[in-house]
Order: sequence, then structure tokens, then C-alpha cells
Amino acid sequence: MSTRGFSLAALPVARVPGVAIVLVVLCAGFGVTSPGFATPANIANILTQSTILLLLALPMTVIIMTEGLDLSIGAVLTFASIVLAVTVIATGSPTLAFLAALGVGLCFGLGNGVLIAVFDIPPFITTLGTLGIAQGLSLLVTDGQSVVGIPRSIEQIYSGTAAGIPFPIIIAALAYFITHALLYHTRFGTYVFALGGNREALRVAGISVRGMLIRVYVFGGLMAGFAALLMTARLNSAHPTAGIGMEFDAIAAVAVGGTSFERGNGWLLGTLLGVIAVGVLRNGLNLLAVPSSVQVACIGALVIVALFIDGMRAER
Amino acid sequence: MNTAARTAVRSRFTLSRDVMQAFYRLLGVVLLCAILATLSDVFLTTNNILNVLRQSALLFLMASGLTLVILTAGLDLSIGANVALSACLAASVIKITGSPLLGMATGIGCGAVIGLANGILVTALRIPSFIATYGMMWMLTGVTYYYMAGETIHGFPPEFRQLGSGYLLGVPMPVYVMVLFLLIGGLFAQRTVWGQQIYAIGANPVTARLSGVPVERRLVLVYAVSGAMAGLASLIILARINSAQGDIGEDLTLPAIAAVLVGGTSLFGGSGTVAGTLIGALILTLVLNAMNLLQINSSWQPLVTGVIVLLAVWIDTRARRIGE
Repeated sequence: MSTRGFSLAALPVARVPGVAIVLVVLCAGFGVTSPGFATPANIANILTQSTILLLLALPMTVIIMTEGLDLSIGAVLTFASIVLAVTVIATGSPTLAFLAALGVGLCFGLGNGVLIAVFDIPPFITTLGTLGIAQGLSLLVTDGQSVVGIPRSIEQIYSGTAAGIPFPIIIAALAYFITHALLYHTRFGTYVFALGGNREALRVAGISVRGMLIRVYVFGGLMAGFAALLMTARLNSAHPTAGIGMEFDAIAAVAVGGTSFERGNGWLLGTLLGVIAVGVLRNGLNLLAVPSSVQVACIGALVIVALFIDGMRAER
Repeated sequence: MNTAARTAVRSRFTLSRDVMQAFYRLLGVVLLCAILATLSDVFLTTNNILNVLRQSALLFLMASGLTLVILTAGLDLSIGANVALSACLAASVIKITGSPLLGMATGIGCGAVIGLANGILVTALRIPSFIATYGMMWMLTGVTYYYMAGETIHGFPPEFRQLGSGYLLGVPMPVYVMVLFLLIGGLFAQRTVWGQQIYAIGANPVTARLSGVPVERRLVLVYAVSGAMAGLASLIILARINSAQGDIGEDLTLPAIAAVLVGGTSLFGGSGTVAGTLIGALILTLVLNAMNLLQINSSWQPLVTGVIVLLAVWIDTRARRIGE
């Protein structure tokens, strides 16, 4: 092995400082400016609130690693949440409602995957189209109104705890470890890395590129279905605009976490840190009473800073 | 010599193919009109036809700048949000200074600056255009909502309102603006070196660079033009509805993209025309108008537009595969 093999830049560790610096700067900044920030209750609050975003950012990382994108994930989350709420109110069965939400995610994931893999439509335009479809369906089902009257059993999924740990954190941790295992310890993961870095190699090896791509987008849809359960439980209602724009936070978290849009290399731990960074930013700005509209602009700025660092690293 | 000859033959062939495609699309427009006329009594009234023309003028103005972006194989998802911010800033300036001219300069200037920022993100930071402009979209929406704080600015001087709701010789003013920019856009794209360089970038950025095209500068120009056209469109909306709100252009991005794609511009860059986009804008407006006349719930609109976008790209993809 040459000495280059030991250079820090060649290791994924080289990314730790980037996201970590962003996180430390944010935490220090908010810790100084708002007294309520560095309390255990608030930190637990940040982590709990970040869980929904993490459920979206995990598949988004995998999708972006395949040089793809899923703009529809926020709208699918919204529609799944509406279907969940409507089903649980109509049937009274939380299990059936959850399955319905997963079904919605599965259908949209499958639709995205087939359009992208079989019909060869570029991912961003495919998911932009399905975003419109999911949004239209949400409006049609609800007529623009909130769906309320959800049983307490659903709400407890967000507010309940096991051994003092909030349920959402347990769910998010499970999702993280499952995605980690999928990505780094299965053939699926190896193929995902190849889809972004060297698609031709997969083809030569006789692996169905189409099948793999479809699976990746189905994974995204299913995770949106899971996230719908948490979001409905958190809001104790479903609203046709509730999850709109969540894909922006998810893409931002992935970008801040150091996954590249072009080179097909991703880093799941980076995404976790990116999600927490976005969560910290939102929470800190909330404490400073910055309106949520401005928070979006701040997240955008965060992404530009992160990509700028990423670009400088790549050039060096 | 041989290659040059072949290129000449090919370009003549492409031209005739373009003309044929435009012809088919016009046929589509006529068919749509015929169907609409039979389905609805209101469709063939002067009022409705003028309304369709005015609507498609607005859509065309946004889509024409976007056409240039898509010709370079890029995308601008921020134009709807750009319209919102430009309209709100222009409205404020008109209200404060009382000068429509200053307001118009603000609207177009704001749009152009936003486009410039997009261009810099895409070229200097090398962020893929659909991600850069998507982020820009959300940032602009945030800034606009914050700036407006739920307020509405309304009531503008009559001379400014002429731009959106006025008539000249019985034809709505926006239609004249549309024709003007159809000529400018068409001539720029087909008859100037810069226009041809834009096609070259879309067809093959590496070859374009090797041929001495200043790729980065042309890209920045294209995004700035797209932004400025969104700024111009915002003025027309403002003059027409006589009020500005934070959510003013939100629903226009997807229809504008659909208009460009239905108009025959390839998402993969390098082929398409501004005139085609005009036909695309007409088709899109007719479809949305039909849904209004047939009293179909407006919630269907994003769904239908989404399906149209997917269909248009699918056809484009197939055509390319056959071409290869």
C-alpha cells in the first residue's frame, strides 16, 4: 500500500470534520445566544423531532448515491399520512391504517422506480411529476381540509416511551441500523455503491440494474410510509400540506452530511449528523423566534456552505 | 469537408423534422379546440378565447426563458417562487414610490438577480441545476412569506394595470408582449452565435468547450434570462390581478416545465425551439381551461400537469432511443 493510502483525504473520516464542525458551530452559537438551548429537555426534543426527517433522509442518501433523486418523498409522506388518518377513522384499526400508509409508499416507490428504471425518465423529472400526482391526490381526498379525530392509540406512537426512551427515537434508531446493515453488509448495499459509481460493472456482472433501481425507490416509498405514521401521530391529524417541503430538508441533510450528488459516494453516518444539524438549526432558530419561512433560507445557506467545503476538498 | 456536408444535411433534416413536429403539435391544438368547442358552449366565446390567449401569454413568458435553460440540459425549478418574490417586491416599490416604471425595473431586476444566483450555484459550485434551483425555490418562498407576513398589497395605478388587463385593437396586452418575446427569443436562439452556442452546450458540453464556447458564461446568462423572464411574468400577473400575495406564482412552475416539454424541447438538451414552447403553452392552457369550463375540481390540476410532464418526457426518451 502506498503512503497515499494513509492520507486522511482518502478515508471517509475526512468528512467527519465537515459535518461535525457545522454541528459544533451551530450548537455553540445557539448555546450562547439562547439560554433554553443546552438543556437536557431541549436536546431530547431536538432528537425526537429529527426522527421523521431521519426516516426520509436515510432512503434519500441511498437514492442520491445511485445518482438519483426523490423530490416526491414529502408529498408521498403527506398522502400516506392522509390515507392513514382516513383509514383509521373509517375502520378503527391502527394496524390496517399503517398497512394502508405503507401501501401508498410502496405504490409511489414502485411507480417512481418503474418510470426511472424501465421508462428511462430522469429521476428528478419523474419524481417532480409524481410529486404533483401525490399532492393532487392529497387535495382531492381531503378537499384541502385537515383530517382530525384520530384515536389516541396512534398519538401514543409519538408521545410514548419504552424504558424512558421515546418511541420515535427507538423507531429511528432501528431504521438507521437496518439501513446501515443494508448498505454496508449486504450485496444490495454493494450494488447500490456500484449503481452510482460504476453501473457498467453491474451490467457486466449480470446484475439487473433496473431491478436494483426499482428496489432503491421502493425503499424510499416504504420509508415515507413509516414516516407518515410518526408524522400523523405527532400532529394528531393529517393535513394536505403537512409534509410538503420535507424533501428539501431531507436533501439538505444528505448534502450537509457529505453525500455527493455526482460521484455516487455516500456516507450514512454523515446523513445522521446532517439530520441532527438541520434539526439543531431549526430548533435554535425557533428558540430565537425566527419565523419558519426564514429557517428554510438558513437551511439553504447551510447546504451551500457545506457544498462549498465539499467542492474545495474535491479540488485539493 | 465531408463532415461539414453531413452536418449540413443533418441540420436541414432536423429543421424539416422540427417543422413536422410543430405541425403535429398545431394539429393537436386544433383538435383540442374542436373537442372543447363541442364539449362546452362557453369555449368559443370571445371572452374565453381572449382569456386563453392571455393565460398562455403568461405561461409562455415564464416558459420561454426556461426553454433556454432546458436547451442547455439544465432545469430551473425556481421560476414560480421567483415570480412570487419579484411580484411582491415590485408591488412594494410601486406602492411606496408611486412609479410603475421603478416597480417594473424592480420586478425584472429581482428576477434577473435570482437567475444570476442560480447560474453561479450551477457553474461555480457545480451543483446540479435541478437541485440548486430546487433549493433556491424553497429559499425564495421562505423570504417571500417572511417579507409579506401574510399581508396583501393591492391597488395599482391604472397605467400599470394596462400591462395585464388592457386591450389594444381588441387584443389583450400580454399577447403583444408574448409575440414580442417570441420574436426576440426565436431570433436569439436561431440566428445569433450566442444562441447557437446554447444549443451546442446542451448537445455536448465537452465538445462545446473544446470548440471555444465559454460554457460557464453562457450558462450564467441562460439562468439570468430565465430569472428575468420570470420577473417580467410577475409584472403581468400583478397588473392583471391587481394584488400581490406571498403565494402568487406557486402553482406555475410545473405548468411552465410542462409547456416547454410538450413544446418539443428535449429535457436532455440541444434540441427544441422557443416557438415550440409557445405551442406547448397553448396546449397546456387549453387543457387547464377545459378543466375549468367542465367544472372539474381544481385539485386535479397538479395531478394532470404531473402526468403531462411524465408523458412528454417519456415520448422524448423514446424518440431519442429510436434516433440512436
